[in-house]
Amino acid sequence: MYLIIVGGGKVGYYLSKSLLAEGHEVLLIEKNPRRAAFLIDELGADHVWLGDGCDSSTFAQVGMNRADAVIAVTGDDEDNLVVCLLAKRKFGVPRTIARINNPRNAEIFARMGIDVTVSTTEIIQAQIERALPLRSLVHLLALRRGGIQLVECKVAPGTPADGRMLRELGIPVDALVVMVVRGDQTFIPSGETILKAEDEILAVTTPQSEPVLRRLLLGT
Amino acid sequence: MRIVILGCGRLGAHLARQFTQDGHEVVVIDRERDALEALGSDFPGETVVGMGIDAEVLRRAGIERADVFIAVTGYDNTNIMAAEVAREIFGVPRVITRLNDPLRAEIFQELGLKTVSPTALAVEAIRKCLED
Repeated sequence: MYLIIVGGGKVGYYLSKSLLAEGHEVLLIEKNPRRAAFLIDELGADHVWLGDGCDSSTFAQVGMNRADAVIAVTGDDEDNLVVCLLAKRKFGVPRTIARINNPRNAEIFARMGIDVTVSTTEIIQAQIERALPLRSLVHLLALRRGGIQLVECKVAPGTPADGRMLRELGIPVDALVVMVVRGDQTFIPSGETILKAEDEILAVTTPQSEPVLRRLLLGT
Repeated sequence: MRIVILGCGRLGAHLARQFTQDGHEVVVIDRERDALEALGSDFPGETVVGMGIDAEVLRRAGIERADVFIAVTGYDNTNIMAAEVAREIFGVPRVITRLNDPLRAEIFQELGLKTVSPTALAVEAIRKCLED
């Protein structure tokens, strides 16, 4: 595959390196001449392009129209958006992937047709939530449209969910418990499933219903 | 009309004063408080401190009720992103974007944004001067 990466910071550099090792055709675009010189030393002149990734003349020169994917990983969300919009709308690149720093931008990017967003802030936050024994809903994945989230949590003792049948819990219509892990058993629940404390739950929910799920499952 | 202006530099401040004089309801957003204070204490419009690409900040500026959104920060990409958010998320009827890069202005105009490029306008004006 021909992959164009915009932004030669740490993320762009290590990403290029590993994609090259996997045998892909990679071109890394970096606008700072000093940084670009370092990248050329490390990755080779064939894989680095000195230029502004938001400039459509750069795009024409690097053959953007034959790219299989464009990956924008600069430190600025607005730059990443513009790169992906140009790639998608002007050059018809089939897959655009953007790094975002403000997790709230995920929905905006999705609405504008950017295929995938990766939020470093959210990844770190999710890792920390998992590592700490807090009573929390861990956000696993934001689904593309409508802001629906896949979340994970552990039923806390003494909460409304502990010992109650799912159907009687009053879970809002725009939220759904899709999987229960109990000990070494994993199953898809029905309305009759009785939840117990320490059950691990996977659910999909809109942001509006998240507080209700939190109250029912975690008591917070 | 309710007009939300993002960016309180020279252009943003001038627009804000002009539109309030014309009798419009004006809100100006800038991430620097100092820039907004430069409008003067007699400025009759509202001001909001914050990043204009943040939907929350735009909401605080009452973008949901806006008839017009004008993005005139010094950064083309910030203006593009803010304009797209205003148009696609909040459905503001008229969105105008200042882009210094004439090429980007042309492309995003093609893609449906109303763009104004001061560079292209100045080039045109200077060429006209030479023709006279």
